[in-house]
Amino acid sequence: MVGLLDRRLVFVTGKGGVGKTTVAAALALFASEHGRRTLLCEVDAKGDVASFLESGPTAFTAREVLPHLSVMSMDTEASLREYLRLNLRIPIVGRIGPLAKAFDFVATAAPGVREILTVGKLCYEVREKHYDLVVVDAPATGHIIGQLAAPQAINELVKVGLIRSQTDWMLEILSDPAQTAVAIVTTPEEMPVNETLELVGRVREETTVELGSVVVNRVLPELFGRTEEEVFDALCRDDAARELTRLAGDDPTPVLTAARLAVTLRRTNAGHLERLRSALDPAVPMLYLPFLFARYHGLRTIRQVALALGEEMGF
Amino acid sequence: MAPRRAPSKPVGRGSLDGLLASREIIVACGPGGVGKTTTAAAAAAMAAAHSGGKVLVLTIDPARRLANALGLEGIGNTERRVPDEAFALAGIKPRGELYAAMLDTKESWDALIRHHAPDDRTRDEILANPLYRNISQRFVQSHDYIAMERLFEIHSEGTYDLIVVDTPPTRNALDFLDAPERMAEFFSSRLLRWLIVPYRSRLVNFASKPFYQVADRILGTQFLADIAEFFILFQSMYDGFIERARAVQRLLADRRTSFIVVSTLETVPLREAEYFAQAITERKLHLGAIVLNKVLPDYLRDPEGAEVAERLLDRAEEIAGAIAPQLNDAEPAQVRRVLTEIGQNYMDYRIVAQSEAEKQAELSTAAETLVSVPYFETDVHDFAGLMRLGAGLWGE
Repeated sequence: MVGLLDRRLVFVTGKGGVGKTTVAAALALFASEHGRRTLLCEVDAKGDVASFLESGPTAFTAREVLPHLSVMSMDTEASLREYLRLNLRIPIVGRIGPLAKAFDFVATAAPGVREILTVGKLCYEVREKHYDLVVVDAPATGHIIGQLAAPQAINELVKVGLIRSQTDWMLEILSDPAQTAVAIVTTPEEMPVNETLELVGRVREETTVELGSVVVNRVLPELFGRTEEEVFDALCRDDAARELTRLAGDDPTPVLTAARLAVTLRRTNAGHLERLRSALDPAVPMLYLPFLFARYHGLRTIRQVALALGEEMGF
Repeated sequence: MAPRRAPSKPVGRGSLDGLLASREIIVACGPGGVGKTTTAAAAAAMAAAHSGGKVLVLTIDPARRLANALGLEGIGNTERRVPDEAFALAGIKPRGELYAAMLDTKESWDALIRHHAPDDRTRDEILANPLYRNISQRFVQSHDYIAMERLFEIHSEGTYDLIVVDTPPTRNALDFLDAPERMAEFFSSRLLRWLIVPYRSRLVNFASKPFYQVADRILGTQFLADIAEFFILFQSMYDGFIERARAVQRLLADRRTSFIVVSTLETVPLREAEYFAQAITERKLHLGAIVLNKVLPDYLRDPEGAEVAERLLDRAEEIAGAIAPQLNDAEPAQVRRVLTEIGQNYMDYRIVAQSEAEKQAELSTAAETLVSVPYFETDVHDFAGLMRLGAGLWGE
């Protein structure tokens, strides 16, 4: 299977709260540091990309924030303007205010129009070869299908017209596994794994985009092997704990309880990971990222995640 | 092994007790992935168990095991009683009755159309319209709107003493608060009427208007006609719809309704939660409480614990040698590895726990009540687990 870095367009999605934006930013940062001219596009425009990369606010017009790394945030109205400017030579484009407002209504009434302007802009950047790689911090699980399937939806709803005539080349880019992939981010927990498996099925059935990777974020370290755990169990018995109190000079209960917590969490997670792995097509690469015992989430975190991601991708 | 020393109670650990006893509607909102649905269910279960009366939890998309725990598996839009046996399994005799319902967006929309349609023909035409089907199923805002609409409907039937409603994870934090107003605006807009004029009256030559020219070139005539047909049909329900949207809005602002914001103390969800809290307050809605889920236990911030962990790291070899004989004569090297691991583990979690405590202290001014629920090692998968979370919401 083609590696994520060798594609042209990668949609990063996942259930809310699993670290989707972190992974998208890390992937983009890693790609840019490996010489790819990279565009990172935030679709939800919550401003997380800006705060993670400590780059200042992002806008529709891409801006290079680090060498080879540009960031932008999606804005469907701006995308429409750009599209009209490029495709229609109509004088009204100059006085586009009322048109944009009307567009809002059309887009609200006809799902697919807003999505096609998002996907269209991304595919356009790919087609024009402005970047080697476009990484999309895509919408969460619930909305990504609508976006990836937008060109087909438009094909079904709109029989003629300019938008219709545009969907073919977009579909070509989206359906080409050498160019486009979706990466699903998850954590080894119950709900994220459930949603990931559901999404994997929907991506396969409802879109033409290939599943490029499943990224498992926040994997807890394994504290002990089996024999070490026996030692730990023995350490927790009253007589040993008393001796440990004497040797360490204080009550070790918090430390022992914390270790027990870590072991239990790791074990619960392992069950969900196993469920995920056994349900996935073995051909889909799984990338594992460690839980970071970090203070905050900024560029420092993104760098750490990028490093781990690079290792997992075989760099 | 349980901690032998009771962890000290942190400052400001509140309870949802009072809020759940005094309101008729609790709306749980917050970022995705923080246990919002489970929290809503646990709050409702606690209210039914302790305050009595008829309590309904209206959920959006519960995890399968939570649905199972509530007896909701395979159940659609209608409310079902959670059997007392579920409480009994958790060792509780409830004073009231707990009901649960799952929101089915499409079914709710269809019911709404049936309710408002002026006649059978319009009803059938709308239900069959491709744009309607698209809107009711895929259009994100329609989920937001229908959740609030359904809440209104159930509340106005007067069946329940308390309704706890889970909100859909929205793209934009404010969407569901604005959804009724946006719906009303949308259908009452002059622009919309303007858009459908040419299809109503063939007397207007719309091809001469620049807007239609552009719209036509972009979207195609057929598609514009589909849109117009949809809106013409929809306009027949316009008055009822607008009135309803306004009523929903009034209910949300009513003093019988309160909002709780659910979050974890992780950076990103927390930032979103703060945004929610601010938005609720700005709209003059009642922010009843902030509920913090998965808060790391207090013993991770114990200064003595840190000292022990540091000593284990610094003097691992010496301590391992001394204690090995008491551990079924384990290899000292192995004991040393274990001691180092558990020492490092404590220091790792301590950093996260300290950062969380700091954030929690900052939050304590944002809401009247701040409730923190401890981290549970396992997911909530049965009713007993739900009640354990519920106990946390009660500040127990």
